[in-house]
Amino acid sequence: MTERVPVLKIGDVLLVSIQVELEDQVVLELQDDLAARIVESGATGVVIDITAVEIVDSFVGRMLATTAAISRMLDAQTVVVGMRPAVAITLVELGLSLGGVRTALTLEKGLDILARRDTTRPAQR
Amino acid sequence: MTGLAPVPDTGHETVPISSNDDVVRARQLVRSLAQRCKLSLVDQTKLVTAASELARNTLVYGGGGVMRVGLVRRDSRVGVTAVFEDSGPGIPDVDQALTDGWTSGGGLGLGLSGARRLVDDFTLDTEVGSGTQVAVTKWAR
Ligand SMILES: Nc1ncnc2c1ncn2[C@@H]1O[C@H](COP(=O)(O)OP(=O)(O)OP(=O)(O)O)[C@@H](O)[C@H]1O
Ligand SMILES: [Mg+2]
Repeated sequence: MTERVPVLKIGDVLLVSIQVELEDQVVLELQDDLAARIVESGATGVVIDITAVEIVDSFVGRMLATTAAISRMLDAQTVVVGMRPAVAITLVELGLSLGGVRTALTLEKGLDILARRDTTRPAQR
Repeated sequence: MTGLAPVPDTGHETVPISSNDDVVRARQLVRSLAQRCKLSLVDQTKLVTAASELARNTLVYGGGGVMRVGLVRRDSRVGVTAVFEDSGPGIPDVDQALTDGWTSGGGLGLGLSGARRLVDDFTLDTEVGSGTQVAVTKWAR
């Protein structure tokens, strides 16, 4: 019984809010879904909200890093928002500092980052 | 296999680890025990993350197995011990497997070494051809 994580589109941004306990298969599906949706929708940003996520292990951490890299190649920027302090501490101790992943503390700040990036883009796209 | 596993003393439970679902359930069980023995939020998160890594290894490399988990007591301290066991291929070179970044598959090679850093006690017992057992404990402060 695996349910996919919904991907919402708001303007130029794809928003994913992870509300379920993540099973590995669901994590992989989300990664693929996001890549497809970026191309399909021409989104310029992706926000992954992990406010409700209690643990990020190496599998989920790798998905966040991979998604950030894939979206970059597809001309979209990913921002991970809402990481809990305990999750951040654990990730660093695990050895995963997610260097290539842009983060913001709140959804609002994440959207701000993407909006700023958009205005600095060349007009012709 | 050689070596004695630290057996959780009171009311320990054994759960199968043979699917991705089981990994999620193992995580939830460890979390509820960690809460019961009043680990801090950070320590709970560390232990559950370590359990997630070890359960996945049991599934992916060990071909499935079990987790035994329960509360433990030493002197006046309480903690949670989780033991992950499989009868898979074993680990030929333990030092290598415990090196950050070393993976025989497509992982990041952080599961074992990271889990060791995240807990207070860590023992790994493995024998090529007969299986692997990893026991971790986190003590309440
Ligand atoms: N239960 C096991 N049985 C057999 N081999 C194992 C077992 N657990 C770990 N290993 C071996 O140890 C290596 C390192 O494990 P570790 O969890 O650190 O990394 P990984 O699983 O490859 O990647 P990651 O966990 O970062 O996604 C594995 O690649 C595997 O070869
Ligand atoms: Mg692993």
